[in-house]
This record gives sequence, structure tokens and C-alpha cells, in this order.
Amino acid sequence: MVAVGTNFLAAIGRIFLSFTAATGRLSIFTATALSHCVTPPIYPRLLMRQMMSIGYYSLPVVGMTAVFTGMVLALQIYSGSSRFNAEGAVATIVVIGITRELGPVLTGLMVAGRVGAAMAAEIGTMRVTEQIDALTTLSTNPFKYLVVPRLIAGALMLPLLVLVADIIGVMGGYLVGTEKLGFNSASYIDNTFEFLEQIDVISGLVKASAFGFIVSLMGCYHGYHSRGGAQGVGAATTNAVVSASILILAANYIITELFFDI
Amino acid sequence: MTEHIADKATAKISMNDVHKSFGPKVVLDGLNLDVGRGESVVVIGGSGTGKSVMLKCVLGLLHPDGGSIKVDGEEVVGMGGKDRDRVLDKFGMLFQSAALFDSLKVWENVAFGLIQGRGMSRDDAKGVALTKMAQVGLGEEVGELGPAELSGGMQKRVGLARAIATEPEIIFFDEPTTGLDPIMGDVINDLIVDCVKELGATTLSITHDLASARKIADRIAMIYKGQIIWAGPTDQIDQSGNAHVDQFIHGRAEGPIQMEVLRP
Repeated sequence: MVAVGTNFLAAIGRIFLSFTAATGRLSIFTATALSHCVTPPIYPRLLMRQMMSIGYYSLPVVGMTAVFTGMVLALQIYSGSSRFNAEGAVATIVVIGITRELGPVLTGLMVAGRVGAAMAAEIGTMRVTEQIDALTTLSTNPFKYLVVPRLIAGALMLPLLVLVADIIGVMGGYLVGTEKLGFNSASYIDNTFEFLEQIDVISGLVKASAFGFIVSLMGCYHGYHSRGGAQGVGAATTNAVVSASILILAANYIITELFFDI
Repeated sequence: MTEHIADKATAKISMNDVHKSFGPKVVLDGLNLDVGRGESVVVIGGSGTGKSVMLKCVLGLLHPDGGSIKVDGEEVVGMGGKDRDRVLDKFGMLFQSAALFDSLKVWENVAFGLIQGRGMSRDDAKGVALTKMAQVGLGEEVGELGPAELSGGMQKRVGLARAIATEPEIIFFDEPTTGLDPIMGDVINDLIVDCVKELGATTLSITHDLASARKIADRIAMIYKGQIIWAGPTDQIDQSGNAHVDQFIHGRAEGPIQMEVLRP
């Protein structure tokens, strides 16, 4: 009985220690990456390539996600609000829901799946095939060459993607509202903008920048520390997507509290 | 027995009592080895004896737990930042897997150190890269291909061209002939000898290919359990008088080196 209790405590201790070690490793990685972000050299060609990869090539998946989310949001809010005769609020709730929450969060999650996984796989493969060691022997800092362009591109491009997602999402709601639910086009647009405030959009864009940083950080961190060939790279890819998704949801709560001080 | 100490005063690289462990596994256990200026030293030894770890400790890719590593008389253990960059500028390395960058064309791989490390313009660097590629027997048309389109032997040659492109003072070769057929292996050996002679570089290689070691080495050292157990001129390896070396060069399963193989 005593042995079982001791083993249980030892197991908790091991988990705690490994969690602390992982947190420490991530903190050091983040601090190192940030320090390299503000010191030259910065590689503009690599930065542009990452901006294209994260921003431009994510547009289709983000656009599709946004349009269907806007459409389904209009349907659900109409169906829910009709229970207390508040159907007129559909346009307002759609735009606030999209700009404050669904635009940034869903864009962040979709980009985590598309870009975070690709980053972890690419950097992880470079790690296990000694390409990262080769960078060092060629007088090139791997953080500056691999991590910094991805972090900056993530933090810059996600707000732009979210802006596009906001517009497409609201258009999705408008389509369903006017074509299926019978709203008048002009009054739907009026209702959309009447109660929309700057902070709704700005808070979403700030969230997006944080989410972009998180996606890139997790992709780079897990790829950089991957070990053991194909299996290690596979595990790094999974860990990058899962950890980025969880951190996005946690950061979303924290930023919402900071912005709206409820 | 051992001639690890080439000549302390002229040693280009000097490793003294270097220790490195990974958890409970001791990999380098008081390693001593000097490489003289312009000398070509090949370290032979079985898999898992610490050969690659030794190279990575010199380059700063791994940090030794103890001991001293000097390059041109300058201590490099614990060195970081700009000092480390300055020391790394002296090095070129051919990796076992060639470690070419998949996302770049062949010529961009060869020119990488010139463009990123030395700040040369792309046009100038391309000119140098094509010259170096010609030196290892690769035509201009190969320069526009991706590394994945090349055979193993061609990848090794590109890796060699990349290692010599910046004309480094010191070149490391990590298993330069592993995975190649004997003829291509010999081609690579010849190229290494020619390129090194032309540059006048100091080289440190690790291999378990004896034919390769005999061809490219001025001096051979044998590593076993994280220590250099014998070192001497290449022509003396057959008369080393060391049972471990004899077993290794004759490839015998029986002898003082026991492989940890579970038999059914």
C-alpha cells in the first residue's frame, strides 16, 4: 500500500519536473528568438517567402472557413433569437461574433493546422538530417535564418488574414440573411455597422497577431527540438498543432479579459 | 604508444581531457588529440564510440562537460556570440548525409557560406560556386537542379564543394565515403586529397572505412570508449602493436572490442 502511494507521488513528481523543464526550454527558446528579432541581420528574402506562405497561401482555407462560419452563425442566431422575438439583432450579433471571436480564433486554428504543421515538419526534417548543424558551420545562425522570419511573418500576416476573414464572414451572414431569412439588404447592412465599434475589430486584430506568433513559435520550437528520424518529425508536427491550438484558446481568453475588462 | 600530441606549439586544434555524457551514457571520457597545422588526421573507430560527438564539440554544436578545446591556441569551450562566429569562419564541414538544403538549388547550396556568411553578392557567389563545382567534377547544368534530384555520390561532391567554397583553414569530414560504392568512394577520396592540397587546409576526418583513412590521412588515431587509444603515422597502422587497432583494421568479431550483440 505504501509502495503504491510512493509510486503515485513519484509519478506526479516526474510529470511536474518534466512540465517545468519543458516550460523552461520554451521560455529560453522564446527569449533567444525575440532577441534575434531585434538584432541584425534580418533576411528580407526569407521574410517575404514566409509572408507569402503564411498569408497568401492561407487565403483559400481561411476564406472558406469564414464564409461558412458567417452563414451558419446567421442561421443559428436567427433561430435562437426568434424564441424571444429578437430576429432584428442577427446582423449585429453576426458582425460582433465574427470580428471579436470567430474570425481570429478560427483563422488561428486553421493556420495552426496548415502552417504550424508545415513549419514543424520542415524544421524537424532539417534537424534530423543535420541541415541545422550545417547552417551553423556555414556561419549562419539558425535562429536568424529559420525562426525569426517565421515569427515576424506569423505576427504580421495573421491580422491581415483575419481582416479578410472578418469581411468574408460578414458577407456570408449577409448572404444567408438576405437570401434565406428574408432581411432587407439595406437594413441588414445598416444593422451590421450601426453597433459595430472600433474596439471589436482592433481586439480581433491584436488577438490575430498574438495567435500568429504562437503558431510560428510552436512550429519552430517543436521542429527545432525534434529527435529520432521520421517518427520524431511526426511527433513534432502533432505537438506543434496541438500545443498551438491550446495556447490560442488560452491566449484568447486572456486577451479578451484584458481588452474588455469585464 | 600514443602520439596524440602532434606538436603542442603548432597544433591547429588541440583537445585535452574532453568529457561529454548524455545522461548516464559517457561518450567522451577524457579525449586527447592534437591536429597539427596543415595536417590531415583521420579518427577511426566503431559506431557509437564518440567520433561525431568529438567533431560537434569542436564546432560548438555540443558543449563538452569538461576539458579544453583550443583552435589556433584559443580556448573555444564556452565561447559564444561573435567570438564563436569568428572561429566558425575558419571551418568547413562535409556531413555524413551531405546535409544539403532541400529548399535551395545546388549552386545556392555551394554558394551559401559566401552569400550568408561572407555577404558576397549572389552573382559573384554563383561564379565561385560554379568554379568549385567544376573542381569536384560537376557541370554547370547540375547547379540548377535540386539536391533531391542528385545521386548519393553527387550529393557528397556538392557537399564537398560547399565545404571548400569559403576556402576554410580547417575542414571536417564526417564519414565522407559511407553509403557510396567503392569506386565513387575512391573518387571522393581523391577529390578530398586534391582539394585539401590546393587549399593547404588542416583536416580532421572520422570514418570506419580503412581504405579511405589510408588514402587521406597523414596520421590515423583510433577512438574507443571515448578515448584515443592509439595514434600514429598512416604507414604504421599495420604495425601498431595495439590489439584494439589490429582487430578493427582486420574487421574481426573476436578480440578485445566486444560488440554488445544479444545472441539467440
